[in-house]
Amino acid sequence: MIWEFNFALFLFLVICAIAAISVRNLLSAVVILGVYSLIMAVLWAEMQAVDVSFTEAAVGAGITTILFVAALSRTTRRSKD
Amino acid sequence: MKIWALVSVLLIGVLLLWAEGDIPAFGDPMAPSYNYVADRYISDAHNDTATKNMVTAILADYRGYDTLGELTVIFTAGVAVLLLLRRGGRL
Amino acid sequence: MKQDVVIRTVCRLVVPFIQLFALYVIIHGASSAGGGFQGGVIFASSFILIGIAFGITDARKRISEKFTVLFSATGLSIYAGIGILCIIFGGNFLGYSFLPLPLPGPEIRGLAAEAVEIGIGITVMAVMTSIFYDIAVDEEAA
Repeated sequence: MIWEFNFALFLFLVICAIAAISVRNLLSAVVILGVYSLIMAVLWAEMQAVDVSFTEAAVGAGITTILFVAALSRTTRRSKD
Repeated sequence: MKIWALVSVLLIGVLLLWAEGDIPAFGDPMAPSYNYVADRYISDAHNDTATKNMVTAILADYRGYDTLGELTVIFTAGVAVLLLLRRGGRL
Repeated sequence: MKQDVVIRTVCRLVVPFIQLFALYVIIHGASSAGGGFQGGVIFASSFILIGIAFGITDARKRISEKFTVLFSATGLSIYAGIGILCIIFGGNFLGYSFLPLPLPGPEIRGLAAEAVEIGIGITVMAVMTSIFYDIAVDEEAA
């Protein structure tokens, strides 16, 4: 547990979360969500929960991003609101 | 309408920050979540199940019923997507 | 939609290694980090990579939709079947130590846990591939 490292990760986490809901381009939002999952995976690994970290990296950053992109290919890329 | 959303989000945020003071410290051995069965898992899991990874021992053995439910949820999600989106009557 | 020749060649090279790593994650779930869910997702991502690089129509020829439906039911049946076997041999549902194997009790439980992980891996792999096939746009058919 390095205090400064955790602080930087949490800062990036909050920035990613805010950016993911405020970005207009939905593809960018999906990619930012993937970055969020990856930072979360590093945080889990840093809290010594390796299994959770593995799941987050495989499911959150991998499959979820792919399925979102696949779903985006059926709709438009721009958010309406 | 947006003002009310902001107010409610701020209110809930303040409540959560207020409640944060009661969370036990990271790795505190006296935390409530560590005080019931965790000791038994840590001392007995390896002798009971001969698996080195305690997380797998809990997920697949002690809490096998939960994991079966999880798997059923994933299967149901797959079947639901299949029924909703697959066209042409192919299986 | 067929991608560039570089992407297709790299994909053809990388896919076996992804699948080997996925099998490693599933089998070694009992002794290190990993397990059925993670391994199944990694295995499915190798199929999805084929689908992205060679086009979904081509991927459907390699891993057919019938295969995914069949295997998603097979993994769940493995899990539930082991539980019901335990009832048949006189224990509780998922009480692994009642399985009639010539091993000491803890070893049987460890072995059954690994079999269960393999079932989880099969179902997760098949369901994720099936969802990708259903959601992604088939550009040649459209």
